[in-house]
Amino acid sequence: MAGYLVRRILWLIPVLFVVTIITFTLMHLVPGGPWSSDKQVYGGVERAIAAKYHLNEPLWQQYGRWVFDFMRGDFGPSFKYADRSINQIIAEGLPATLQLGVMAFVLAIAVGIPLGIIAALGHNRWPDYLATGISMLGIATPSFVLAILLIVVFSVWLKALPPLGWKGPDTWVMPVLALAGYQIAQIARYTRASMLEVTRKDYVRTAHSKGLRERAVVVRHMIRNALIPVVTILGPILAFLVTGSFIIEAFFGIPGIGKYYVQGIVQRDYSLIMAMTVIYAFAVAALNVVVDVLYGYIDPRIRYS
Amino acid sequence: MDQASVAAGAAVEISLDGQLATEAAEREVKRAKAENLLEVRNLSTQFFTADGVVHAVDNVSFEIGYGETLGLVGESGCGKSVTALSLTRLVPDPPGKIVAGEILFEGVDLLKLSTDEIRRLRGKDIGFIFQDPLSSLNPTLTIGYQVSESIRQHMGLSPRAAKDRVVELLSKVGIPRPRDRLNDYPFQFSGGMRQRAMIAIALACDPKLLLADEPTTALDVTIQAQILELIHRLSEEFKTAVLLITHDLGIAAGMCDRINVMYAGRIVETGSTDQMFDNPRMPYTWGLLDSLPRLDDQRGGRLRTIEGLPPLLIRLPDACRFNPRCSYTRDLCREKEPELTEREEGHWARCHGTEPAGWIP
Amino acid sequence: MTSRTTAVAPGSVEARRSTGIWRDAFGRLIKNRLAILGLLFVGFLVVLGILGPRFAPWPFDLQDTPAIIANNYRALVPLQSPAHLLGTDKLGQDILSRIMDGAQISLSVALVVQIVVLTIGLPIGALAGWFGGRLDTYLMRFTDVMYAFPDLLLIILMSVAFRDTAFGRLYSGLFLVFVAIGLTSWVTVARLVRGQLLSLKEMEFVEAAHALGVRDRNIVVRHLLPNAIGPIIVAVTLGIPGAILAEATLAYLGVGVQPPRASWGSLIAAGQPLIREAPHLVYLPGIMIALALISFTFLGDGLRDALDPKLKGKQ
Repeated sequence: MAGYLVRRILWLIPVLFVVTIITFTLMHLVPGGPWSSDKQVYGGVERAIAAKYHLNEPLWQQYGRWVFDFMRGDFGPSFKYADRSINQIIAEGLPATLQLGVMAFVLAIAVGIPLGIIAALGHNRWPDYLATGISMLGIATPSFVLAILLIVVFSVWLKALPPLGWKGPDTWVMPVLALAGYQIAQIARYTRASMLEVTRKDYVRTAHSKGLRERAVVVRHMIRNALIPVVTILGPILAFLVTGSFIIEAFFGIPGIGKYYVQGIVQRDYSLIMAMTVIYAFAVAALNVVVDVLYGYIDPRIRYS
Repeated sequence: MDQASVAAGAAVEISLDGQLATEAAEREVKRAKAENLLEVRNLSTQFFTADGVVHAVDNVSFEIGYGETLGLVGESGCGKSVTALSLTRLVPDPPGKIVAGEILFEGVDLLKLSTDEIRRLRGKDIGFIFQDPLSSLNPTLTIGYQVSESIRQHMGLSPRAAKDRVVELLSKVGIPRPRDRLNDYPFQFSGGMRQRAMIAIALACDPKLLLADEPTTALDVTIQAQILELIHRLSEEFKTAVLLITHDLGIAAGMCDRINVMYAGRIVETGSTDQMFDNPRMPYTWGLLDSLPRLDDQRGGRLRTIEGLPPLLIRLPDACRFNPRCSYTRDLCREKEPELTEREEGHWARCHGTEPAGWIP
Repeated sequence: MTSRTTAVAPGSVEARRSTGIWRDAFGRLIKNRLAILGLLFVGFLVVLGILGPRFAPWPFDLQDTPAIIANNYRALVPLQSPAHLLGTDKLGQDILSRIMDGAQISLSVALVVQIVVLTIGLPIGALAGWFGGRLDTYLMRFTDVMYAFPDLLLIILMSVAFRDTAFGRLYSGLFLVFVAIGLTSWVTVARLVRGQLLSLKEMEFVEAAHALGVRDRNIVVRHLLPNAIGPIIVAVTLGIPGAILAEATLAYLGVGVQPPRASWGSLIAAGQPLIREAPHLVYLPGIMIALALISFTFLGDGLRDALDPKLKGKQ
């Protein structure tokens, strides 16, 4: 088990490197530079900027500089926000984004899995229809539509929740719900399908033949095995959550790092893009490792191979 | 039988609920009166499918005496597995359903028991060995745990006592170094070892009846003999009755006191093993016997088979179900289904042709 | 094929017959009411998408300024005017026509993205699954990279990079988006194909084919892929909602489709500021998105249930 864990963690490093190289290359393939989109800049100023940020050096050298700085924990200055370094931007915004993401993830699991289990156990009866109906709604509603709906209902009609900001629990409800809605539905559907499959397995029949109580059969034999495939989709779900959070942040005015990401790409703020990408890629890759470990914990066959 | 564990089990039941005590007393009375451990009368189990109603088990009757080993032999799909599943009401519902009959276990009709009552019987009085030990064992739980489950459920032992009993069981079924292997998972065992573990699970609470559904079909031939011998030895040691389901008459011959031959959901011949082999009275049985490879077969010769396929168990007409494949068939066979009639003492067969008045000598 | 309803002659006992897997699957699919509903709506979308441009009441970018002026410079609501059944937006563009146009866009998303996904995912998955070993490990690490790569980044970067090129202008900038979405979604299919091949490879009929001297390539193409095709079809169908959702989200963000063309996502974005006075601008495209997502999901579920040889307890 320890060996498995170590191997997975070690693989993170080359993966991250490749991601950064690809990003770096793509960024510089895009014609234009940090200054090109908006204002007209005079030739002299252009040269000065280029010299200051080493933009005329060969690409591999620029990349090397970036890696070097990265190793020292410095993401470099932002091209657009001249008054702040990227490290500062990240420090300001990351907590909110993390909080949003974690809460949405916990909600998705805490609601999605039981919903799927209830649906499967009440197969073809009302619990199934209810739970499946809820999942269908969740699937059908993009996060921004859900966000709109929530705001209309809770802020405009009921005037119960504030539509903007990120201070205190009543500002958390709607963004987290909007972000998690789709994932709840996906997890619920997946769990339901997995449980239904497990119900037909031979070892469930064996468990019944031992005369175990129904609850013991369901919990010890069915749920545990049904969750194995569900854990495998947690990785993509996390990735989805991270991307989705950008929109939700914009929507509800949450001071996270989301908005910087999109803007940075459009404005070609190189260091910002690189920094965001690294954070994102690291988060996804690391979380995938956690998911894999969880997988190994639940399914002993993986541990020993 | 292990008196101590029976007493412990009974004590737990009585202390749990006064009503249980009355039931237990009632059962004792019936038990004293019952001759056979198991009496199945007119059992019919059907599956309701999109294509029609499948009569998997059609009006089947038989008995198993205390400590007796009965073989249930037949081709794939003849209904033998469904029969065994019906005995403990493990038939998946939907789409299956036991539609008629009585299953008298020590005088008590299992079909009339509540879900909770039959649950208490399973694993404790009736043990089940399934065909494929790999899929029948939970891959995410240790072998030790899975063997101990029914012990802890039915016998109320402390965790340590249960563990000791598991170790004892595992060594009885021939698993070496059982204490070390308690925390191993099924995939870490070989096929033969897994089946031994399944046997341990089935026998964990000293059941009175063991249902063994093709226990060796999924195993290598060399292991088959070991497993069969194990079952035989244990059933003798603990006086456990066994219902052995197999498609192989040879296996049945080695282990069973009596044999039922099943075809298309019906019992077509029943008798003691000697009677079956000395004087089979049904062409299907002849076919089965004939199809067993023999030591004196010529090399390069062909294996003998029964031509044709078993029938669809939907919409069966009133005719002998074996007649399309039978070489002795006559008009009578297509017009009326033969009844089970007694040919010698305890030997019954279902065939017009082999009746005393029939055309087959 | 023996018919199922012929009367049985007296004394005759029917032997079992075998049917093909596709026929069985088709039969099961037909009986699944939800899947049929999904199929119907998908069919409706297809018709809408193909006929849309021709039969829409208005060109999607035509601004009916007189009508707006007549309405006090406000957008028309649905059923307010017979000329605009579903109302208009603030500029007078007919919503019905724009939604029909959006249908075509959503369909193209579905189609193009899945083609890209299959073109990349199938070969990679097949190679990894069939050859196993080192090739498999490296390909799987490659997919790890793709997984970790922020898809939004790739899509936006590509959009911005190629926006002013011929490729980028194809189909109002949408083709670019489709390819980008496809580039970030092929991993699931690749893994699926790899998994299928890995398990099927061990099966005995492959050994048999080998023993008969069939070449590797033929084994994969003629024996393994047809068996793997079922789950692939299901995965592709179930991947469509994700693609539609991605396009809608991107359009909402302003990436991808360029005005005056509008996909349902950008319609919602455009309509959002006016939600109080003209809510139909938001809920109409929203409903269409929802219906499209649900029907593809039902269809995908139905296909999965139909192709799975072990029925899920249904009769």
